[in-house]
Amino acid sequence: MSGGGRRIGEVILRLEGISLSFGGVKALSDISFDVREHEIRAIIGPNGAGKSSMLNVINGVYRPQQGTITFHGETRRDMVPHQAAMQGIARTFQNIALFKGMSVLDNIMTGRNLRMKATILEQAIHFGRARREELANRAKVEEIIDFLEIQHIRRTPVGRLPYGLMKRVELARALAAEPTLLLLDEPMAGMNVEEKQDMCRFVLDVNEQYGTTIVLIEHDMGVVMDISDRVVVLDYGRKIGDGTPDVVRANQAVIDAYLGVAH
Amino acid sequence: MTFFFEVLIGGLLSGVMYSLVALGFVLIYKASGVFNFAQGALVFMAALTFVGLTEMGLGFAMALAVTLVVMIAGALLTERLVLRKLVNQPQITLFMATIGLTFFIEGLTQLVWGSQPRGLDLGIPDQPIEWVLDRAGIVVSQFELFAAGVAAVMVAALALFFQKTRIGRGLRAVADDHQAAQSIGIPLHLIWAYVWAAAGFVALVAGLLWGARNGVQFALTFTALKALPVLILGGFESVPGAIIGGLIIGAVEKLAEVYVGPMVGGGIEGWVAYVIALLFLLVRPEGLFGEKHIDRV
Amino acid sequence: MLYREAGQFKTSYATDQQIFPIRQDRVAVVALAALAFVVVPLIATQYWLSAILIPFLIFALAALGLNILTGYAGQLSLGTAAFMAVGAFAAYNFVLRVPGMPVLLAFVLAGGCAALVGVLFGLPSLRIKGFYLAVATLAAQFFVVWALVKFPWFSNYSSSGVITAQKMTILGIDIDTPLRKYMLTLTIVTLLALAAKNMVRSSIGRAWMAVRDMDVAAEVIGFPLMRTKLTAFAVSSFYCGVAGALYAYAYLGTVEPEAFTLDLSFRILFMIIIGGIGSILGSFLGAGFIVLLPIFLNIVVHWLNGVAQSLFSASLPASITSNLELMVFGGLIIFFLIVEPHGLARLWQIGKEKLRLWPFPH
Repeated sequence: MSGGGRRIGEVILRLEGISLSFGGVKALSDISFDVREHEIRAIIGPNGAGKSSMLNVINGVYRPQQGTITFHGETRRDMVPHQAAMQGIARTFQNIALFKGMSVLDNIMTGRNLRMKATILEQAIHFGRARREELANRAKVEEIIDFLEIQHIRRTPVGRLPYGLMKRVELARALAAEPTLLLLDEPMAGMNVEEKQDMCRFVLDVNEQYGTTIVLIEHDMGVVMDISDRVVVLDYGRKIGDGTPDVVRANQAVIDAYLGVAH
Repeated sequence: MTFFFEVLIGGLLSGVMYSLVALGFVLIYKASGVFNFAQGALVFMAALTFVGLTEMGLGFAMALAVTLVVMIAGALLTERLVLRKLVNQPQITLFMATIGLTFFIEGLTQLVWGSQPRGLDLGIPDQPIEWVLDRAGIVVSQFELFAAGVAAVMVAALALFFQKTRIGRGLRAVADDHQAAQSIGIPLHLIWAYVWAAAGFVALVAGLLWGARNGVQFALTFTALKALPVLILGGFESVPGAIIGGLIIGAVEKLAEVYVGPMVGGGIEGWVAYVIALLFLLVRPEGLFGEKHIDRV
Repeated sequence: MLYREAGQFKTSYATDQQIFPIRQDRVAVVALAALAFVVVPLIATQYWLSAILIPFLIFALAALGLNILTGYAGQLSLGTAAFMAVGAFAAYNFVLRVPGMPVLLAFVLAGGCAALVGVLFGLPSLRIKGFYLAVATLAAQFFVVWALVKFPWFSNYSSSGVITAQKMTILGIDIDTPLRKYMLTLTIVTLLALAAKNMVRSSIGRAWMAVRDMDVAAEVIGFPLMRTKLTAFAVSSFYCGVAGALYAYAYLGTVEPEAFTLDLSFRILFMIIIGGIGSILGSFLGAGFIVLLPIFLNIVVHWLNGVAQSLFSASLPASITSNLELMVFGGLIIFFLIVEPHGLARLWQIGKEKLRLWPFPH
């Protein structure tokens, strides 16, 4: 949290030769790229390019048939979601995966579950460690609530929130885990300009203040080119471009994929 | 060995009876995504109504016709008063609603017709077929063979109905997604009414066969409980699954009862089907013919 | 007294996270406790205690158990009665076979046995969901009742598996009158209800609800799916097990395995549907409703009978009450699922929210 002192560091996540298919459908073929510490890394591509599948591979929701994932120096065939969480990977989902029956506060509190060690019995009598943990983690959650400016909806069941706020609560839940790597799946989809600006600000602030490494999928090219350090471009499950926004913008394959090629 | 075959054939034939009830479930599940726990109660209602009507002096054909009308009327009412109000609710809510429906139907049926057990004679004796007994020395019940034949005809008719008719295609669309089907102009309510009416008809056939075999009594509602493991095995949305599941459950249940039962004191037919189904589920959660779903996130 | 939270400012997270954060709620809970522990014992008749209040509390406990599993963790179970049966028979055998076994410890151990059986039958939940799982819990229902009948050891070789609960003595006091049984049941149920309330507002409760609402996201956040689901089965079955033990010891006195039928499982499911799925309070409201409904229906039918006799000098068939009961149960379930899927507890909550603003709703 050294305000503004963001320095891009070593590679912390490396994906090598990832291939993933469902039955006969190839979602990803032989994809390799890396993510450096503290950077904002964007994944872009047309619909169905395999962007979400890529994120799902990184945190273990899908298991690729081929390839390896190296995170913090540890190489493995595939991630398991629980393990990914333990190692400090948090994420948001394209179609908002909040817990609809719970309040905003409880949703964000779930993000802190890995830091709560009290046994069920302690929780049942709500005494000693269980009580201390609840209060300490509540304080941390309130910090995030302040940071994302959602104090007023703390007690509201998430099911009643408008779309834009749900996205923000989902970000809050992911941040509550104090992740080292944050995966954002279309954090600005379906938002109006104002909401997008807010969300951009939050993403940049998270990156700046907490030094969190961010991998995000986004369709709004303006946003992507403005905030990301490096961009991976996918098309039909293949990588067709990789580099800084300027490099990618000039890449002929990328232009073809987005604008179509004359046949 | 003859004894083994006798048990096996007996099991397969009673399995057909399970399939018949399971078929009613599959029909409604395919068309509305509703897991209709009340199917057993429908079987009971159909059988008791039929017997009640014959006791009032109606002839076989007349009683059958009136019962069918009652079942269809019941189906339409269910659609209008229950299902229509629960469109787009989670499946589990609909499931619980059908448990409520079960209680309601059981209460109503007994309120109207009384709760004492009755007999039902379809004129087909539950006796061994002499021809088979003479040639192979195996006891095959005439009645069960007849039931198997009826079930086969029903399955063939339903399979054709699902695959070849417009309503059948509509059914499959509705099962996939209520809203999407409605939005392309498939008349959801009409389809549901058709299906529940058809399920009522299947229940009537099952009720007559089961009733003739075991008597028309409250225990008929438990046929639903027999059909559940069949469904798990066969998959909720597969007509052939219901048939093959029924045959497997019927055969294994009888074999287990005869060969394993004595070792543990008997009476295992109440749960052995469930255990088979459960073990099977651990290997293949989507059932024999069910489709595998990939969760998208 | 007006139900207002205006002016009640919380200055620390500790006060904000109390079990009942609103002052009026705390007052109401204390008043309710005083009523249950002091006033009821003074005025209730034997009939009220043993025919209404004790079964009400026991069913509320079982409903609470089911609500933890179905309402909070989202795993539908149709085998509640089986877990109650395990509790009843386990308690009986602990008291019977372990010399000097204190009855309360026997209840706890009985709950533990039920929890083990619950975990065993909860294992399929790791691979299957929804009504596939519901059907799997039916296996528990049939298997447990069958095993209790078939292996006479469980009922100490009594005829047809009937067990008679031994006499209970706690701290030298014989628990033999309805009043004492009521006090015992009330104490246990109160403690377990508070424990349940604490669990659902702690990490484990959030884990259950997360798994219920969206299991993929829950896993991604770091909740271990297997452990979360199995703890729900264990805790839920523990509650049902203790309820089963009380059913035998404080309510019926003599039970057979067949008392724990599928029908009982359904009734407890109905309690949580009518009372409120995912609500502690709802478990109590639903249990009260289902216990009182047959009594109420009986009165109605009795009255109808009187009318029928005076008008047509004919009486209604005897089975009419039980059939009407089935119909009313079924109809109410459907009604609640359509009109208020969150049950009486939600109506109560809406009432409270209205009251909070009354008389100036805007």
